[in-house]
Amino acid sequence: MAEALLETRDLCKSFGGLVVTDAVSLVVTPGEIHAIIGPNGAGKTTLIAELAGELRPDSGSIHFAGADITRLAMARRAALGIARSFQITSIFREFSVLDNVAMAVQAHAGHSFRFWRSARRDARLRDPARQVLAKVGLAERAESRAAALSHGEKRALEIAMVLATRPRLLLLDEPMAGMGPQDAAGMVRLLAELKRQVTMVLVEHDMDAVFALADRITVMVYGRIIASGTPDAIRGDAEVRRAYLGEAAA
Amino acid sequence: MGAAMTAVLEQLLNGAQFGVMLFLMAAGLTLIFGIMNLINLAHGSLYMAGAYVAAATFAASGSFLLALLAALAAAVALGAAIEIVVFRTLYDREHLDQVLATFGLILFFNELVRMIWGATALYMQVPAFLAGHVELLSGSPYPTYRLAVIGAGLAVALLLHLLIARTRIGMLIRAGASNRAMVDALGVNVTLLYTLVFALGAALAAFAGAMAGPIFTVESGMGESVLILAFVVIVIGGIGSLRGAFVAALLVGIVDAMGRAFLRPLLASFMSHATADNAGPALASMLIYILMAAILLIRPQGLFPPRGR
Amino acid sequence: MSVARRSLVIGVSLAALAVAPAIALAAGEPFYVTLLTRIMIFAIAALSLDLILGYGGLVSFGHAAYLGIGAYAVGILAFHGITSGPLQFAVAILASAAAAAMIGAVSLRTSGVYFIMITLAFAQMLYFLAESLNIYGGDDGLNITQPSNFGRLVDLGDPATLYYVVLAVLLVLLLLTRQLINSRFGLLVQGVKSNERRMAALGFPTFRYKLAAFILSGTICGLAGALFANLTLFCSPAIMHWTRSGEIMMMVILGGMGSLFGPVLGAALYLLLETLLSGATEHWQAILGPILVLVVLFSRSGFFGMLTGERTARGRADG
Repeated sequence: MAEALLETRDLCKSFGGLVVTDAVSLVVTPGEIHAIIGPNGAGKTTLIAELAGELRPDSGSIHFAGADITRLAMARRAALGIARSFQITSIFREFSVLDNVAMAVQAHAGHSFRFWRSARRDARLRDPARQVLAKVGLAERAESRAAALSHGEKRALEIAMVLATRPRLLLLDEPMAGMGPQDAAGMVRLLAELKRQVTMVLVEHDMDAVFALADRITVMVYGRIIASGTPDAIRGDAEVRRAYLGEAAA
Repeated sequence: MGAAMTAVLEQLLNGAQFGVMLFLMAAGLTLIFGIMNLINLAHGSLYMAGAYVAAATFAASGSFLLALLAALAAAVALGAAIEIVVFRTLYDREHLDQVLATFGLILFFNELVRMIWGATALYMQVPAFLAGHVELLSGSPYPTYRLAVIGAGLAVALLLHLLIARTRIGMLIRAGASNRAMVDALGVNVTLLYTLVFALGAALAAFAGAMAGPIFTVESGMGESVLILAFVVIVIGGIGSLRGAFVAALLVGIVDAMGRAFLRPLLASFMSHATADNAGPALASMLIYILMAAILLIRPQGLFPPRGR
Repeated sequence: MSVARRSLVIGVSLAALAVAPAIALAAGEPFYVTLLTRIMIFAIAALSLDLILGYGGLVSFGHAAYLGIGAYAVGILAFHGITSGPLQFAVAILASAAAAAMIGAVSLRTSGVYFIMITLAFAQMLYFLAESLNIYGGDDGLNITQPSNFGRLVDLGDPATLYYVVLAVLLVLLLLTRQLINSRFGLLVQGVKSNERRMAALGFPTFRYKLAAFILSGTICGLAGALFANLTLFCSPAIMHWTRSGEIMMMVILGGMGSLFGPVLGAALYLLLETLLSGATEHWQAILGPILVLVVLFSRSGFFGMLTGERTARGRADG
């Protein structure tokens, strides 16, 4: 088996009496799309937050490309190549679409103690940003104010921003949240295109998307992993059926 | 040995007395902030209103009890008026707006008391039944009034604790602090709850102001220095935490009193007197803030941080 | 559209400032030269606050402290016989920077209400420090016997010269800050205000940049303080009274937050209003207070926003 890009070992977290992450041991191999599914309250978003560095686990460890990153701050993990998209769109609403993506480029273009040159006229920031916008299909909206975008476009912008950081690992928290069928199909196409180029951990409820994209699926219930394997294996797993998929499994 | 002990005890008590007053201010502020997410700079004006009304009523009637009641009534009325006229618009605004609007209110109220009572300070006597001294240890008299203030403050703190922890209203207050929308959805009249909490905070501030009358100068602008110290108390104690405010208030009060009394002699023991005469008071006045900075470096959320924020 | 209007407003204002002393002196009203100098000094202070408040979203309620540090640097050095302008100003700038670094290092670990309260508290601390230093006048303040010495060509004791020096500093700062706002650093600061969580998730170590902005802001304000000392030839704790911080903040809001030139207009508006009202009645604060409340409650884009039709930072903010 290929060496893991991301690995967690017995990750645990509780909020008071509530256990949200229960001895989660997860392995993500390079180049794969690893989906995490489960009912609401399963602790999926919490897990993403722990992987990104926003939340500190109580115990256990997280390893990225062989290095222990459990204690590393969020910004440092981003610098290592871990990018995260949020379940509730998190963009810079007052800025233009291009500004948003350029900011993501800037984050990985050295330090920002530059006080004089206009950043908006800096081709080293703007050009890569335009390229990414073209990739996600937002090229025409480059000058629009981010707040004016439709919901689907905002989600696409969010993806554009994480892509612009040229990540090695994408943590995608319900990228299709709130999207209509057309937008969702577009997002699936986009993610499918990126498949081999970047490793992804994908939290999603949209089962069609999950089974279309995922190389492997992990199922979480009440903070615990109850099953992990290929899409076919998961589809056939009786416990998963009972806990989550119900009778409507594809 | 005896003299030193007496001096320390005296300053401990002074500190405790100042501390309970700070607690009364901080408790109101931290409740209002915890429930309504509102930062209110005009809280100091409520304190000042309490002091002025108490002083004026006491001078006119000779009854301390009446003075206290008048102060409470005035503050609650004033508080309600401000809440309806200004705060209802501010609840949904950012903190910056709240800070600036209440700053405008302070300017107004500071001038208002000058217009009503003139620019010179009001004098408030210690009420007769609390005048005089009590012998703590033999040979060390301590003003009865200050002991009464400590007692009253502790009593109020206890009542407040019982109110919050044991009554239905208190439960609503605690629930409102952690989840406003939920409380609203459960059918509780949130507007009324807010007004009640605000009135409670105003009453606490006025009570502190009324008690402060005989000890501190009753003058325009007296609320602000106490207000800022109350902020320090809240920051050290943790926003929204009454227990934190209590601990922090006593800590701040005692550190301040001890610093002012003992830093200069302490420094003079190994510095020249001239240097100590300047460095002592200077350091003493900064001591609380240095304490605040030190605590923040270790625990940026205060000693009893809010949960799940 | 608004670029033309913006340039017009700024152009007219600066032109007016350029010729004002000549007119005032010709009309025999030197008071206005002093008033306008004062306005420009506070404009610099307000501008420095706008950098971190309007663009960075940092509600620093203790900015008057830096005004005081700058003024006292000049005052204390003059007291000890050091009257060299360059030296005094260098100390003023360095001292403000150091203070801002220390205060920022502690305060910026917090946010929201905590931050507001802590910056207020630290400013109060410096106020009490100044009050307790009896050798430097304590509560009564310190007279400054002569203005900062910049050689015979630049006599800061002459009102007109001081006026133009302050105007020059203001102009240079306006130009520099405009570059700054559009630079990588400036965009980063604005990004932090817009969505700090996103900034951190993208990989920006936001603390060091916030601190840098905070220090820059305090330093510029310290410079204003040194100029202020030369205007009044007096420094006292009152300069750093916390209400002064509130006033500077009001100037930023009145003029238009997040616009750089707005604070200049705001300083003019505030001080003119204050002068007018205090001339009319001794109880002018009872009028000014409610005016401020109304402005905060009902005005979105400040005076500059009104004139140019732009939406400044408060007007732009979405729910």
